[in-house]
Amino acid sequence: MDYFLNEQQVMVRDLARRIAREKIAPVAAQYDESEEFAWPIMKVLAESDLFGIYIPEQYGGLGGGILDMCVVTEELSRACGAIALGYASSALGALPILLTGSEEQKKKYLPEIAGGRKLAAFCLTEAGAGSDATAIQTTARKEGDKYILNGTKQWITNAGEAEIYTVIAMTDRKKGVRGASAFIVEKGTKGMEFGKKEKKMGIRASATREVIFTDCEVPAANLLSREGMGFIAALKTLDTSRPGVAAQAVGMAQGAFDHALEYARTRVQFGQPVTGFQAVQHMIADMGTQIEAARALTYAVARMVDSGAKSISRESAMSKLFASDMAMKVTTDAVQLMGGYGYMRDYPVEKFMRDAKITQIYEGTNQIQRNVIAANLIKESLQKD
Amino acid sequence: MASIKVHLEKCTGCTLCVKACPFGAIHMSEKKAVIDMALCTLCGSCVAACRFSAIEMEKAGGAKKDLSAYKDVWVFCEQKKGVVQSISYELLGEGRKLADKLGVKLAAVLLGEGLDAVAESLGERGADKVYYVGHPSLKAYQDEPYSEVLSRLVEEYKPEVLLCGATTIGRSLISRVAIKADAGLTADCTALDIDAKERLLLQTRPAFGGNIMATITAPNHRPQMATVRHKVMREAPVEKGRKTEVIKKDYPAEAYASRTKLLEMVEELGATVNLSEADIIVAGGRGMGGKEGFALLEDLAKVLGGAVGASRSAVDADWISYAHQVGQTGKTVVPKIYFACGISGQIQHLIGMQSSKIIVAVNKDPEAPIFKVATYGIVGDVNEVVPAITREFKRVLNK
Amino acid sequence: MNIIVCIKQVPNTTDVKIDPATNTLVRDGVESVINPFDAYAIEEAVRLKEKVGGKVTAVTMGPPQAEKALRDAIALGCDEGVLVSDRKFAGSDTWATSYTLSAAIEKIGDYGVIVCGKQASDGDTAQVGPGISAHLDIPQVTYVRKIREINEKTAVVERMTEEGFDVVETPLPCLFTVVKEINTPRMPSIKGMMRAKSAKISKWTAADIDADPAALGLDGSPTRVVKIFTPEPRKGGEMISGSAGDVAKELAELLKGEVV
Repeated sequence: MDYFLNEQQVMVRDLARRIAREKIAPVAAQYDESEEFAWPIMKVLAESDLFGIYIPEQYGGLGGGILDMCVVTEELSRACGAIALGYASSALGALPILLTGSEEQKKKYLPEIAGGRKLAAFCLTEAGAGSDATAIQTTARKEGDKYILNGTKQWITNAGEAEIYTVIAMTDRKKGVRGASAFIVEKGTKGMEFGKKEKKMGIRASATREVIFTDCEVPAANLLSREGMGFIAALKTLDTSRPGVAAQAVGMAQGAFDHALEYARTRVQFGQPVTGFQAVQHMIADMGTQIEAARALTYAVARMVDSGAKSISRESAMSKLFASDMAMKVTTDAVQLMGGYGYMRDYPVEKFMRDAKITQIYEGTNQIQRNVIAANLIKESLQKD
Repeated sequence: MASIKVHLEKCTGCTLCVKACPFGAIHMSEKKAVIDMALCTLCGSCVAACRFSAIEMEKAGGAKKDLSAYKDVWVFCEQKKGVVQSISYELLGEGRKLADKLGVKLAAVLLGEGLDAVAESLGERGADKVYYVGHPSLKAYQDEPYSEVLSRLVEEYKPEVLLCGATTIGRSLISRVAIKADAGLTADCTALDIDAKERLLLQTRPAFGGNIMATITAPNHRPQMATVRHKVMREAPVEKGRKTEVIKKDYPAEAYASRTKLLEMVEELGATVNLSEADIIVAGGRGMGGKEGFALLEDLAKVLGGAVGASRSAVDADWISYAHQVGQTGKTVVPKIYFACGISGQIQHLIGMQSSKIIVAVNKDPEAPIFKVATYGIVGDVNEVVPAITREFKRVLNK
Repeated sequence: MNIIVCIKQVPNTTDVKIDPATNTLVRDGVESVINPFDAYAIEEAVRLKEKVGGKVTAVTMGPPQAEKALRDAIALGCDEGVLVSDRKFAGSDTWATSYTLSAAIEKIGDYGVIVCGKQASDGDTAQVGPGISAHLDIPQVTYVRKIREINEKTAVVERMTEEGFDVVETPLPCLFTVVKEINTPRMPSIKGMMRAKSAKISKWTAADIDADPAALGLDGSPTRVVKIFTPEPRKGGEMISGSAGDVAKELAELLKGEVV
């Protein structure tokens, strides 16, 4: 389907597709097995300027938008959702700075992220604060021109690998959600440590660790926006980034589908390629249609984000919900289509299925997305009355 | 300026030329061939394909040169550390046939230092004459003195045909000599023959990626120069005691001058991978799964006295070094037996090995394209089949 | 230092298919790409520039559409492109091609290093690189797998041989042909691609490079194609099946005569 991408988006898509095919696909299984972080690939993405596509030109980027970022994430995910996540998570870590940072903060940090010289990471989740992000326990206490951070962030993507962390911590517990603030913390800051690498079902090449703050001193200049704006920053960030998760899901579904279709065309049973059987044809039709529908929604929402629309929570949640549920279904069907071969690690399809599962969970579980969507729909309906 | 035209009265509209054109430059209009000059590269494919002489290519002017002074077939004999390389014996074997068809002598050219006895010995491989130039700067191959001395020999003695191995040395040397001698040069010929009437060397080589063969001549230039790959021609047999005439030449000092300086020659361990020399190659691809898989191939290669080859994906995955790579961006090989283990058979790989005499393919995927070119195909797990083959040959060969 | 890299546009072999009915190449929809070997030459030229400074000029001889190969080269880090294109070059064999390119290089002038891929994937001759250095009468080192040292005047490089490698010192200017082992080519960058889009490509005809008309194209090419034919396609042979032990036995029996 033609999405009428602009010239730069087409260029970016073709380059990302080529990198996925030539550089990522050949090593995807290997990184999945070794669970290492794919630094050589991050270097390729950096040299190709892809880390900076959604960052304005004055901060060393290419001035594109979230749609550009989605297109890249999707293409990379077609080869490996885990390696693509290293890329997309850096964007997630950069967004709070881009959306709420001061000119000074943007000038200091964004060019490094845009050039891919440094990765970023976003630290919100805690052991007791998953879907209920308001329950976070990490605190930031102001002392002179510093904030002292204490607490442990859990399941932080890119942790240990990234250089720049945007962290949500409570500056005033009494104020509840209005007592949270966002900070930029650089790796190497005293009092900041990383926990052990988590063993995961899928996206095994992505680094997931705890980030532990023990009397970690952060300069007051690293406070994003002002005290009390932490949750707003987090919500804005997630609203903006969710189409990226959707794009990752679309990419993985497409990657699994490509393999399964190729297999079905050449697999001969009962004397003919299995694509000759209507049961298989209908699966192919459904998978292809579902992917396209998810892509169309994802791109439409990304365009809405790029247009500067104020209220995007509902649409952003819809794209993530729909695309991730679709990806789980399509990757499962891709395994089914390939039968026993699909279940074997010799073929890349089972990995897509394992990797796809996380998209239903992270950046807000799909149950939370439904809550958000329903709440918005009901609120809008009430307003109309 | 050269041009090409279709003689409409002769064109039957058979479309052979359309199919032959590698550049899609010919289409049919009212059942006659029309050449799109924007696409045509004057490659001559259509002229050669037309059965009705309806396409003619004209070269501008240039009176036919008197080429009668050129005679004899020469073979450049490559030596390393004073040892003549087997490719040179293969060329002497082929050169003998060509010289006989032309009714001329076969001469060997040997450059080196202190190789008088070696020069003599080339008679036993069929050389009627040996041009030998001995000089310290010719001891090991260097581009400039080698090409200068060979060019001077060519200019002085005027061979009709000059053959050279398509080796790293041969290809580097002969390309320079062809420019200096203003001669036609055809690379990597797989067949050579003589048009006795026109005294032309008919040089056949793969073209356009190896799926088409082209026969090439150099009608108005001498010598007619060609390179040939290893293992394509049969080695000249040894005729013990056969004598030859050794012509020792010396040139003024400037002929031996070299601007480049050879500082060191390094032989690498494991570079026993001279793939182009191997009679048996045991090659592996992505399906070998890792370095452990290649250890299985080494076992088999050892038992068979062969070399280990690899597909690009195995090299890219760092399971084995680039020196082992067979295919488009690696080496082209023509062994007697090529074992393709866990290699799917992408066209880039096939280009490098499909001329092997026997291809044995082992792959777990029965649909793998490699089976389309394999002499013997085995569908199975390389980790079981390869060790079983190794054990069997060990037994058969009493090793 | 001014560095020149010679490139060629070739059909992408990954796209090439054989028509099973006519057993001829299907070239419809086959994309034209930079010769895979030239990618290493471009990368090495750009790395040399990054090391010693100067600029890289990519040169190609070909039809007007070869301009794309030059823009791709600029996206990969080359600074300028020169397209040598003229109907008069049609029918060039390696002699005429190397003559034409050497004439263009003389016009560019003032170069320290010329880098070429070891051969082109469509012709596979490996003759044009050495041909250029012969026409220019400069030293050459072929099959270079590493440039160890280089300054304005000399270079020390490793030349790959069948047995290992030679270490060769050469004065500059010099021509190198390079092998795959020399580097891993980078991907183009978006900024490079944007630069490439607007970069000026010099287009030179036969008259511009002051070449001898008799030495160009088909007229200047000593060789002629006299016959084109399709070789018998290699046919798949027999399939051997059974347990690993059984197939090994059968294979050993079949290959008995070939293995000594």
